[in-house]
Amino acid sequence: MSDRIDSDAGRPDAEKNAAGRNLPPLRLHVPEPKFRPGDTADFSDFDIPPAGSQARPDEAAQPGEMRNLAYGLVRVLDEDGVAVGPWDPKLPSETLLKMLRAMALTRAFDARMFRAQRQGKTSFYMKSTGEEAVSIGAALALASDDMCFPSYRQQGILIARGWPIVDMMNQIYSNKGDRLKGRQLPIMYSAREAGFFSISGNLTTQYPQAVGWAMASAARGDTRIAATWCGEGSTAEGDFHSACTFASVYRAPVIMNVVNNQWAISSFSGFAGAEATTFAARAIGYGIAGLRVDGNDALAVYAATRWAADRARANAGPTLIEHFTYRVEGHSTSDDPSAYRSADEASHWPLGDPIARLKKHCIALGIWDEERHAAMDRELAEMVRDAAKEAEKNGILGHGLHHPMESMFEDVFEEMPWHLRDQQQKMLDEWKAAGL
Amino acid sequence: MAPQGPATEDAGRMEGGRPVSEANEPETLSEAMSDIQQMNMIQAINSALDVMMERDPDVVVMGEDVGYFGGVFRATAGLQQKYGKNRVFDTPITECGIIGVAVGMGAYGLRPVPEIQFADYIYPALDQLVSEAARLRYRSAGEFISPMTVRSPFGGGIFGGQTHSQSPEGIFTHVSGVKTVIPSTPYDAKGLLIAAIEDNDPTIFFEPKRIYNGPFDGHYDTPAKSWAGHEAAQVPAGYYRIPLGEARVARAGEALTVLCYGTMVHVVENSVAEMGVDAEILDLRTLVPLDIEAIERSVQKTGRCLIVHEATRTSGFGAELMAQVQERCFYHLEAPIERVTGFDTPYPHSLEWAYFPGPVRIREAITKILKD
Repeated sequence: MSDRIDSDAGRPDAEKNAAGRNLPPLRLHVPEPKFRPGDTADFSDFDIPPAGSQARPDEAAQPGEMRNLAYGLVRVLDEDGVAVGPWDPKLPSETLLKMLRAMALTRAFDARMFRAQRQGKTSFYMKSTGEEAVSIGAALALASDDMCFPSYRQQGILIARGWPIVDMMNQIYSNKGDRLKGRQLPIMYSAREAGFFSISGNLTTQYPQAVGWAMASAARGDTRIAATWCGEGSTAEGDFHSACTFASVYRAPVIMNVVNNQWAISSFSGFAGAEATTFAARAIGYGIAGLRVDGNDALAVYAATRWAADRARANAGPTLIEHFTYRVEGHSTSDDPSAYRSADEASHWPLGDPIARLKKHCIALGIWDEERHAAMDRELAEMVRDAAKEAEKNGILGHGLHHPMESMFEDVFEEMPWHLRDQQQKMLDEWKAAGL
Repeated sequence: MAPQGPATEDAGRMEGGRPVSEANEPETLSEAMSDIQQMNMIQAINSALDVMMERDPDVVVMGEDVGYFGGVFRATAGLQQKYGKNRVFDTPITECGIIGVAVGMGAYGLRPVPEIQFADYIYPALDQLVSEAARLRYRSAGEFISPMTVRSPFGGGIFGGQTHSQSPEGIFTHVSGVKTVIPSTPYDAKGLLIAAIEDNDPTIFFEPKRIYNGPFDGHYDTPAKSWAGHEAAQVPAGYYRIPLGEARVARAGEALTVLCYGTMVHVVENSVAEMGVDAEILDLRTLVPLDIEAIERSVQKTGRCLIVHEATRTSGFGAELMAQVQERCFYHLEAPIERVTGFDTPYPHSLEWAYFPGPVRIREAITKILKD
């Protein structure tokens, strides 16, 4: 400190360091999305490969042989609704219509539950509008007993697997019919019977868990595989990278899905690294198969998932699939996207609406028409309305029909230890003493 | 009082475990007693893992260096050769990944026993432990459980510096849904580890590495002792369990109660012997669930209480013990409760023995408690 030059005191370090050096000052790059509120969204510079243009490697191909797929976009449905190219899964009519119906039911369910939240019947809801193909295409491509470790926007999996929507609504209302005893934020479902792992809410924790489940299945010589989902934003979490490392090291039979819906609350995908590369390309560094898929094309999602599932079942290793899609609505009922992004992004989204695209395909095949679609939408709207009425008989949030208060202390441990019993008793005594 | 030998309660029966095959039926007490071996704490832990892997095909052992090499402290030596790589395997160096994978394996139906190489490295796994393993049963209303036992060497006294010496048990006792277990002898280590593995809730099993190879009296400048000849190093080769949540009276006495666990049990035993004080020493063994009845019984008898742990002081587990004793034994107390703990600083390498709550500080505290 003795040789410190007094005149330097108080000057910023950067100025001191730049003095006398013939070097350009360093610059910090902070990403900025292209469009903000008031801007007209223009996606014309998007590089969207034509449907059918991507090669389909053998399921057992080495990851190094298929790196270009991590930068391309697997697409099956073309602009006329025709399924083209090597990834066309050539699904029978009944599967196509089942897929269409599950997607439409998911959207109707979302609409009803969003309204229920706005009516004050619950605290919170998250829609999956525009992302229905990601969950439902995958769910139908997996075996019904494959284990799913979802994030919070994959309600379509439960719906595709035929899980009762009244049960889902009971959870959303946190009422006395809620199997989870009102402990979880709405939409954080758990349905073991449906192969649907308990949703956390902490981001990407499910990734290493899915890998662990898959490793256990492999170690046991089982035939079931695991699949997991996270958003593009949370690929930045350490759990994502731990999971990729484990999946690669042990060649775990797992499908890791990144739902790139462009927005993580108000942070655009650039804050997770999208300006530099694709999310599917994360796979390359780990030496695992990476596919980048049009997430608004249900047939592409189905085909990619089936490819990855076959690969996993053949002990050829894990697959990372980026589903390129768009979050049409806010992050949740607590979010107002008009505060941070252009209002017309959704309508300008170049990959369209997944339901409209699949509907067009079914109509083009001659197995569907507008009248039947409109009738289905009416039927599904009635179905969710009736289900909501049924669920509301069990109570809505904050109206008393919840599980008894002493149940709060259950399931912390298998057997309730003395300190929880004491706290439970004291709480009941206090309420009793207060005359409640 | 000497450490307890195998009691009927502990040996020869299986509580709450899963069905086991005929060949793996629990040994009878006499059979367990008939094959007593001299073991240090590492060998006792290794034996517990061996016994449980033999009994339950769902038990898997995983962690950094635990497979072929058998662990940096040798606790898993020989297990991979015996049970194969599908059940004992090395992992990438990502604690978050190790515990996350163990949660998934537990959801599948396995019973993982991950090792975190040093307790100081457990922090990258905190989210998976605190938000996931600990809450899975609760948030899924019992649909999914996380029956893992996380083994990890902890504590100082080995010149490990600030990244190989910490005692983070208070972080875990503060979390709802995990149990925290800390043995102080080879006999207890084996019986408690077996109980922890059989338990259907996530358990943090902290192993006091300073006493892996022998008890430590707190005098760092005297030659290290081995477990040879110590009564609690006489360990049955077979299956026995020590129920979680039961403290052990390490020394019965009347003058004051000392609450401690792990390495500090031995340091306190020696200090008390040197002072010639008739202290009652409770080895808590399990911090959550805590054996509150044993604590209450002892402090109400002696009327004086000292709490000793190596972990940092503020919000340490000693603060909870102090609150419990105050709430339950206030009218029996004849002196303020004292704590001797690590200081609220990182563990200093060269000043380790000034940091360590050793005989000097324990003697001062006992003298103060007994003064009036």
